[in-house]
Amino acid sequence: MADGLINLTIDGATVSVPPGTLVIEAAKQAGVLVPHYCYHPGLPVAGVCRMCLVEIEKAPKLQIACATTVTEGMVVKTQAPAAKDARQSVLEFLLINHPLDCPICDQAGECELQDFVFQEGQSATRFGEFAKRFNPVEDFGPDVLYVPNRCILCTRCVRFMEDVAKEPVLNVSERGDRAFIGIHPEARLDHPWAGNVVDLCPVGSLLSKDFLHKARAWELDKTASICTGCSQGCNITLDTRDEVVVRVRPRPNLDVNRYFICDHGRMHYRWMNRGDRIEAPLVRKDGALHATDWDEAFARVLAILRGASGKAVALVSAGASSEALAAAKRLLSGFTWTGAFQVVMGEEATLAGVPNLALRAERAPNAKGAEQLGYTRDYAPALAAAKTAAVVLVLDDPDCAVETDGALIYLGTVLGENAACRRAEVILPTANVAEEEGTFTNRDGREQRYFQAKSAPGMAQPAAWVLGELARAMGLAEVA
Amino acid sequence: MGYPHKSHPKETVVLSQYFGDADARTFKGWTKRGGYEALAQALKMDPVAVTDVVKESGLRGRGGAGFPTGLKWSFMPKEKKKAHYLCVNADESEPGTFKDREIMRWTPHALLEGTAIAAHAIRAEVAYIYIRGEFTEPWTIMERALAEANAAGVFGTIKIHLHRGAGAYICGEETALMNSIEGKRGNPRIKPPFPAAAGLFGLPTTINNVETLAAVPHIIKRGAAWYKGLCLSNPKSTGTKLFSVCGHVQRPGNYEVTMGFPLKDLLYDMCGGPPTGRTLKACIPGGSSVPILTREETEQTLLDYEGCVAAGSMLGSGGVIVFDDSADMVYQIMRLARFYAHESCAQCTQCREGTAWTTKIMERILAGQGKPKDLDLLLDLSENMTGKTICVLSDSCAAPIVSGIKKFRGEFEAYLAGKKQPVMVG
Repeated sequence: MADGLINLTIDGATVSVPPGTLVIEAAKQAGVLVPHYCYHPGLPVAGVCRMCLVEIEKAPKLQIACATTVTEGMVVKTQAPAAKDARQSVLEFLLINHPLDCPICDQAGECELQDFVFQEGQSATRFGEFAKRFNPVEDFGPDVLYVPNRCILCTRCVRFMEDVAKEPVLNVSERGDRAFIGIHPEARLDHPWAGNVVDLCPVGSLLSKDFLHKARAWELDKTASICTGCSQGCNITLDTRDEVVVRVRPRPNLDVNRYFICDHGRMHYRWMNRGDRIEAPLVRKDGALHATDWDEAFARVLAILRGASGKAVALVSAGASSEALAAAKRLLSGFTWTGAFQVVMGEEATLAGVPNLALRAERAPNAKGAEQLGYTRDYAPALAAAKTAAVVLVLDDPDCAVETDGALIYLGTVLGENAACRRAEVILPTANVAEEEGTFTNRDGREQRYFQAKSAPGMAQPAAWVLGELARAMGLAEVA
Repeated sequence: MGYPHKSHPKETVVLSQYFGDADARTFKGWTKRGGYEALAQALKMDPVAVTDVVKESGLRGRGGAGFPTGLKWSFMPKEKKKAHYLCVNADESEPGTFKDREIMRWTPHALLEGTAIAAHAIRAEVAYIYIRGEFTEPWTIMERALAEANAAGVFGTIKIHLHRGAGAYICGEETALMNSIEGKRGNPRIKPPFPAAAGLFGLPTTINNVETLAAVPHIIKRGAAWYKGLCLSNPKSTGTKLFSVCGHVQRPGNYEVTMGFPLKDLLYDMCGGPPTGRTLKACIPGGSSVPILTREETEQTLLDYEGCVAAGSMLGSGGVIVFDDSADMVYQIMRLARFYAHESCAQCTQCREGTAWTTKIMERILAGQGKPKDLDLLLDLSENMTGKTICVLSDSCAAPIVSGIKKFRGEFEAYLAGKKQPVMVG
């Protein structure tokens, strides 16, 4: 056992944890999930749901695992009959006023009330014919609905707004079984990070309007990804159903975003499902673009590159993967190269209770990665240089106002009717972030991997693959 | 007890000596009666010495829990690194209890003096007296008394604030009271940390009941040995205690007796017993949160901490609620349950849901709609509501249910069997 650690036994398993660790966290190390509602590692301890009652040897009564710190030699029994009985009774109490409307509840399938009742609740209620508490649905904010009938008053939402967002607009109103989550009469739940209360809610009481009735939780596939909403690099999960991204949720990363994402990032996914995609390579023949296969498109690009010399300009998106950006640079390494990107700027929105976490003004995920690879933020000079360049490569920037006397090659997901890049010699269809695997470097220099959540439409391929294949054909293989 | 009755010969009048004497409310009148001499004496003493005197006297908390007062004071950090606070719990809301109200109404300076002595003993710069919101008259009197005492400068460097509650029973729970003073919702806090480590505004705090502190000047002035000598039964319970007697007795009111005094004598001799033609049925000796005693148990109970426990209940706050044979115990218990359901702070699941559910079942039984299994259900719910929550409000709701069903089961069964006229409860 390491020095300075506290040794204790939980359900027969011995664990060693740092002093000050809560029993509920130590239990996770022992592979034991103590059922709980009000406890959340990202929030201050409340100790109110009383669901995590466990037996601790030598303690006169059951203790809540979420507010008890470990001591040397402690013996915790989560499955002791008294503890199981107590938790079963908490579940019974929680259910007496719960509508059990799981069939129409968005939370069903990922509901902690469902899960723990299924795990250790009783099959029938003794509440009988008494009327359940009723309160109508409340519109809390731009994306949040409150369904008080399902609320178990765990107060996670209240604590998030008070202690993490530091904008205390929610409270517990009234007393006894009349209690409900109240909102300040003159306030809306419109804090830029307010959407986290929906994730924090262990039941279906706080719902996202955006996700309302959109899909059942058990139909969703979940893919680890990185948010493209800004340069913070929040870790997210892309929830897809049948090749459609339907929801973005935070994926815990204590070093980047803890358990949270901002609402901008949460809503920044619809473009991933765009229908107006470039689905096949296009090459210019007799002044017009014609769809073709990859072989012909590659041949055309290679012919352009081999036939040109002098200046090449790459105008890239700061949302492209580092792999694609590196390959694009390598592909043009025979030229006098200029690479540049431009980033849309917005307002910064901090999450007051978490240091170094904010929706960053720089609304692109990989500006740092692009910079590290040698791309410059001096976009205007690069755009001007494009005019006289022999080759111009535009990577996934459909709004790029490029003009060139040289050969224009465009790689991207979409291209509008009147886009300047319509004048390209070759247009190559690429996958978007949800359709490929790649790496972004966030503003702090942290390289983070994202994975493929759905397939790319038509013949679209990841830009890194397209550019890599071309570079290989040019004899510019990646240096190992 | 002086007001509205004359003291009974069997009373031991210490705290209630000036009840009914309006002149004692004034600073001048109070000093004329020897007031603030104890404070002057205590301020010259070392805080530890003051604490030792109180420890030696055997004084225990009069709010309900009966924790030794001197010992509680000694839990404050020995080395003073931060500001210390004293809280005075004058949020007297326990059903059946109205002793602190009378202390504040008639002897506000006794409380202020005791508060200042305690603040000195625990080295607190600031004391908050948290007064129940409904106590309008005591509030006015306390305000006037504090202004007078401040003008006279008797408190030295100790600053005393009055803080008015807003009508929640739970704010009488010590940590809820601290939250309330801080301007937060009056929810009890999880312990540890205990108040002596992190109390009001997160700083070391001691909290005492009004009656406890009102006794302190007497102890300082007359000595620990005198106070310790006030004992009729168990030496662990010393001094005098005010009992607020209400319900079916001929002379309800506050009575001050020595610890260990027989409950029977209090009820029959001093309060005149039940109304003519009625007999005693039951009694709750320590405020609504403690188990109910039957007549037989009542008549054998000695009024001190140990005596009440031996009888199967608790001394609690000293709020004695008396029921004669006309009382419908099922109805009475329903009223208690309803009180707790109304006052639950809604934090802990068992309490929030359990108190309300219990009330619903009690109402159903009274309405003649009870189910055969209701008593078992009530007992099971009570078990699930006991010892599992942050504070004891939930336990307090369960206590009369459990003792009521155990001791008056026949009355419940009469409703269940349809042998009793249903009661409509609105």
